[in-house]
Amino acid sequence: MTPLLTVKGLSRHFGGLKAVDNVDFAVMQGEIRAIIGPNGAGKTTFVSLICGRIEPTSGMIVFDGNDVTNLPPHERVRRGIAYTFQITSVFANLTAYDNVALPVQRTLADGRGHGAVHADVMSALERVGLAGREDAIAGTLSYGHQRLLELAMGLALKPRLLILDEPTQGLSDGEIENFIGLVREIARDATVLLIEHNMPVVMELADRITVLNAGSILAEGTPDQIRANAEVQHAYLGTPEEEDADG
Amino acid sequence: MNGGTGKAIALHVAVIAALFALNFVLPAYHHGVLARVMVLAVFAMGYNLLFGYAGLLSLGHAMFFAAGLYGAGLPMVHFGWGVPAAFAAGLVAGILLSLVIGLLALRTKGVAFMIVTMMFAQVGYLLVYYFGSWTRGDEGLVIQQQARALHFGATRLDLTEPVTRYMTALALFSIVLVATLIVVRSSFGRVLIAIRENEERTRMLGYDTFANKLAAMVASGAICAAAGAAYVILFGYVGSTFASIQYSILPLLWVLLGGAATTLGPLVGTVLMFYLIDGSGDLLKTYAPGWNISHLGIVGVALILLVLFFPKGILGTIRDRWARWLP
Repeated sequence: MTPLLTVKGLSRHFGGLKAVDNVDFAVMQGEIRAIIGPNGAGKTTFVSLICGRIEPTSGMIVFDGNDVTNLPPHERVRRGIAYTFQITSVFANLTAYDNVALPVQRTLADGRGHGAVHADVMSALERVGLAGREDAIAGTLSYGHQRLLELAMGLALKPRLLILDEPTQGLSDGEIENFIGLVREIARDATVLLIEHNMPVVMELADRITVLNAGSILAEGTPDQIRANAEVQHAYLGTPEEEDADG
Repeated sequence: MNGGTGKAIALHVAVIAALFALNFVLPAYHHGVLARVMVLAVFAMGYNLLFGYAGLLSLGHAMFFAAGLYGAGLPMVHFGWGVPAAFAAGLVAGILLSLVIGLLALRTKGVAFMIVTMMFAQVGYLLVYYFGSWTRGDEGLVIQQQARALHFGATRLDLTEPVTRYMTALALFSIVLVATLIVVRSSFGRVLIAIRENEERTRMLGYDTFANKLAAMVASGAICAAAGAAYVILFGYVGSTFASIQYSILPLLWVLLGGAATTLGPLVGTVLMFYLIDGSGDLLKTYAPGWNISHLGIVGVALILLVLFFPKGILGTIRDRWARWLP
């Protein structure tokens, strides 16, 4: 089986800082892959390269057999790479309905979705548990609900690869519980790339885990393998010289 | 949502009906003013599409208005073109100009976009003088009365006759108003608003934001040029003042006063601003003769007050407080 996403020798340097440094990486279709690593390890930069928000210094990104390295971000979205933001960035002044209608009308225009805008918006909202709140102004929703709205927008893009950047940040335990169930359901028809700090969530959801440290892959394996890995423990606990790696 | 749509349609129909009725009751002076204001409100609606909905603040929209004016006026004067051909020429001139300016200016954002559009408009203004032998610069050109008529078979519709002129202005205004309403409630309108709110997020939802902004620019340019072409046909004069910076600031002011990103705001703002300038001129002359404040002074003060204390304008404030359904 060929991977859905393959990354070869991917680098992004900001001046002297090697945020992502010569990374080789592959994700299989249908997988839930977690990317973990200490702060400043380059996780967000790495997924930003994949979805096209940032251009790579060098390297190659292949999605579903096609080289997408030079495609603008909106073209990648149309091919099925969706990104939900680390910092919630729903359209605060628009209604929840309009927020979801934007990705829905996009997928319909691309011919990747079938049906009507209204029905698809309602079903996306219902799927994340926001049915009945479609007329609320997004900025007035609670933080947890804004994260769910963000997820509904990602779902409405009908992604083949859904990138979730720290989705449980700021959620309550009960909300996290719901969220885990939701990601499992999404993973039935999409591949999920999950950046997450919450270890119990990662251990419960991920099929495989990739550990980034200082822009490079430190380890990769099943949750059990990663848990037992001495290098990973070292990177997470740190040593006094590495304290300035934060950022 | 559906209740809101019904109310919105009813309101727009009522406004058009009211303008139609005013034709029969207004005294001659105000009748003439309103015909002019409706054409200028079309200019403001074109500006509003780009500024209010897509969030792109241009300081050079005089060039699109002037493209319509000169695009229609010059062939009428120099080649003796009829009204329909001249109007089409003005419209095409505006579309082409906004396409070219959009391709260049939309590479910039924010303040840079304001400066670039203003500079291009300034180039347009100076071109009017450069081709002075054709345009006669600030002196301008007067279109002969007999040229300003429409022919339907044997029937001749004299566009200089007040009622015909008023109805023609109303027809153009109504078409553009309805078109704006349809556009801003369409999926395209939703994308423009999304770009205004957060362009980066819109791009990550799969939208080519540049292409959408360019489409908004061309639609805006076309509407403004239509206003310009109608102006020269209905009022028979074209001069360089219409290409000056003043006519780039005025639509911004009309839209801010009436309410940016409201479909009826441009009309409200244009009417009020016209009468404010009109009325204040006499008042200032009577009570403060030594101050020597021109109407530009009034415009400047109004602009500052609006931005400081009333940024959402009249209809924007009404929408926020009482009528969320207002488009």
